[in-house]
Amino acid sequence: MTGTGTYVYAVARSAVECPCEGVAPVRTIAGAGLVAYVSTVPLGEFGEGPLRRSLEDLDWLAVTARAHHRVVEAVAAATPTAPVRLVTVYADDAQVRDLLERRRDDFLEVLSHVTGRREWGVKAYVSPSASSSSPAIGDGHRGTGSGDPRAGDGDPRAGDGDPRAGDGVRKPGTAYLQRRQASLRGRERLRRQIAGRAEHIHAALSSLAVASCRHRAQDPQLSGRNEAMLLNGAYLVDEGRDEEFAATVGSLGGDGVEVRLTGPWAPYSFTVMEAC
Amino acid sequence: MLRRDVVADDRIPPERVALVDLLDRLLEGGVVLTGDLVLSIADVDLVRISLRTIIVSIEGDEAA
Repeated sequence: MTGTGTYVYAVARSAVECPCEGVAPVRTIAGAGLVAYVSTVPLGEFGEGPLRRSLEDLDWLAVTARAHHRVVEAVAAATPTAPVRLVTVYADDAQVRDLLERRRDDFLEVLSHVTGRREWGVKAYVSPSASSSSPAIGDGHRGTGSGDPRAGDGDPRAGDGDPRAGDGVRKPGTAYLQRRQASLRGRERLRRQIAGRAEHIHAALSSLAVASCRHRAQDPQLSGRNEAMLLNGAYLVDEGRDEEFAATVGSLGGDGVEVRLTGPWAPYSFTVMEAC
Repeated sequence: MLRRDVVADDRIPPERVALVDLLDRLLEGGVVLTGDLVLSIADVDLVRISLRTIIVSIEGDEAA
């Protein structure tokens, strides 16, 4: 495929200096009181066929995502910005200008929604200590002590007994199955508690945010973490409430749940122009 | 207890933001445009992309 296309990074109300390199040199297209940040790209790389293949190449995706992010960050640091989804490519500048005119009201609405606000990401994981704790502790002591009326009688041997007796009478296979059942029940209970924690964390943070949404939990093979991810939330927060938000995030961890804050991000999760 | 990956006063440069966090936003967020596009990512099966990238990353790890 030959020729060039126009790659769009973001739309804002004003043109700001963008001293960064995107997927190619960055320039602006103005129209209808809006400014699109774009690059001219070769269709040999950014045409439909090449893109479908490239998007499945993690190295290409990483380089392109970071280039896109650099431009969005630079613009968002200077002016309210609506990031455009990765690899949105038009045939030429005229189509982009037409887009700004056609969707002007939508863009202005999105831009006013994100003005003075920033996106924060909050991820919650099961702490390694919680997932490895065994609820089977104490299993071997069942039936000793409390059921014996003579236990507190002063007979020195009554509460003591033979420490091997309990293990000796129980078949090892039965003990194993009982421990395993207790462990499964414990794990199920833990899982329910933890799902409840995720809901609680998301609700508490949403109440401080002007908008919120949940991304899919990250695949451990991409995130590099083995712990189960309970929550992958995004929150649009008024700039004046950043500290309050961060403090709340900090207070929601513990008791088997680790909470991580990322951001501030350009408002990627809140400019979708559809329900998030 | 709280660990911040990026903070307002000390921004992590774009090169160091975790790729997986970035892809959450770049593949699921942002303005979705349709119409006379050469290609929008909205047209591409994202589940397939993420599956394939995972496979590629695993193969890359094993080769390393």
